[in-house]
Amino acid sequence: MTAPLHFHTIAELAPLIAAGHLSSEELTRACLAEIDAHDSALHAFITVLGASAIAQARALDAETAAGRCRGPLHGIPISLKDLIDQQGVPTTAASRVREGHVAERDAPVTARLREAGAVLIGKTNLHEFAFGTTSDDTAFGAVRNPHDPSRSPGGSSGGSAVGIVTGMSVASIGTDTGGSIRIPSAACGTVGLKPTWGEVPCEGVVPLSPSLDHVGPLARSVADAWLIYLVLRGEPTAARWPLPIRQSVKGLRLGVPRRYFHDVLDDDVRERFAASLAWLRQAGVRTVEVVIPHADGVAPVYLLATLPEAAAYHAAALAASPERYTKNVRLRLEMGRYVLAEDYVRAQAARAVLRNEVDAALDGCDALVLPTLPIPAPPIGAATVDVGGTPQPVRSMMLRLTQLFNLTGHPAISLPIGDTPAGLPCGLQLVGRANGTERLLAAAAACEPCVIA
Amino acid sequence: MTIEDWHKCACEDAGSRGLEDLKPLLATLADAMRALRAAGWEDVGRAPADQGSVEAPAPPADGAPK
Repeated sequence: MTAPLHFHTIAELAPLIAAGHLSSEELTRACLAEIDAHDSALHAFITVLGASAIAQARALDAETAAGRCRGPLHGIPISLKDLIDQQGVPTTAASRVREGHVAERDAPVTARLREAGAVLIGKTNLHEFAFGTTSDDTAFGAVRNPHDPSRSPGGSSGGSAVGIVTGMSVASIGTDTGGSIRIPSAACGTVGLKPTWGEVPCEGVVPLSPSLDHVGPLARSVADAWLIYLVLRGEPTAARWPLPIRQSVKGLRLGVPRRYFHDVLDDDVRERFAASLAWLRQAGVRTVEVVIPHADGVAPVYLLATLPEAAAYHAAALAASPERYTKNVRLRLEMGRYVLAEDYVRAQAARAVLRNEVDAALDGCDALVLPTLPIPAPPIGAATVDVGGTPQPVRSMMLRLTQLFNLTGHPAISLPIGDTPAGLPCGLQLVGRANGTERLLAAAAACEPCVIA
Repeated sequence: MTIEDWHKCACEDAGSRGLEDLKPLLATLADAMRALRAAGWEDVGRAPADQGSVEAPAPPADGAPK
């Protein structure tokens, strides 16, 4: 049975809209109906922009009727993580701290989406201020994983991923400081791209740790993520569509870092990843074992690099109204106020070392390949999960395989690779060279058909 | 300032602010500081790189898993 149209990819929808076979209003109304039917249980959205989205869709349909199509995003309903400013709409950051805030202008990424013809359907729920990986510490109700509502969708862009897999939006814009696009993508079964650091502007986006923050797309396919990435970067897309997706993986060379990255893996995740790698190799990918010598030292580096930057941004609000934060987020921000400057500087030295080591591992490879998450989506509220008979802290597990590439700034993408026997999605992560985001996307697009279970 | 001195001062300050729940997190932070300093990243950055790659063996003849 064919899925309803609002579950299709942009690549499938764009020609229908351009030809007048599908109206943006019809598509937008279908997404709004899903939100209406399911969001009271899933808490994916904080603000639903029903009336303005329909008005925007009608205006875009009128343009289509007049013979104007802005490009492949024309008329496509897209959500924004509620850290990203949209003019006239609250940016809550999922926090009571931001009560009363209304954005005065669009963030540059919002303006670019609007200009490209995206219908801005609403603002999605997240871990408060993006400072967490489970999307349960939020002033708007814990986001629930549609594959098992007792479990987290991952985070911090949890609502964005949930909205895509449930047909509430066709794609979404998230942010990623330690894995916050890739983690929910893996936990929910979407594609999620963190571009190279600095490629997509972060102005008008509530920061977490500016030297590690990235803005990027969550989508239903690599081609969709690639298209949105180009729009976010400010490139006109009409002339580049359809994208040059290569049809074969033959000749691709992927580096497989095992030490550290395979040391703590859930058995079902290990099995799915191994199956995907075997499929890729059978299809013609060449793999080489690579080593990132100091990867096992990444967790303290990440902690001491991020905490002071986050605490600095929140210092005034922590002093004025600490009770308005959720408890866990407040405590983590308070931690940051105690970090010594000399350790922050050490963490920056470590980042330079790690950046060189990832560059070296990528030498001669098109990308690195590794799991995105070492565990399937954890139960909501769990502090630890069992991995191979040993309890492991959830937060450490969620960040374990993604945070390195925020410290180094390399582009990384998560692809869905099927589910565990319990029906929970798993993700495969590809990491590209710095400033090689499009080359990474090309590799990911070639791999995508091989890893879909 | 040693990490031990820092940790003692930080816990006293957290206690004086009524943030008893912060103390376990400060212990975590102290562990992270120890690990960061022990790694000697500044020296690592000056040493020659120690990494390489090895071609993986050919895929199994029976093909991809089902």
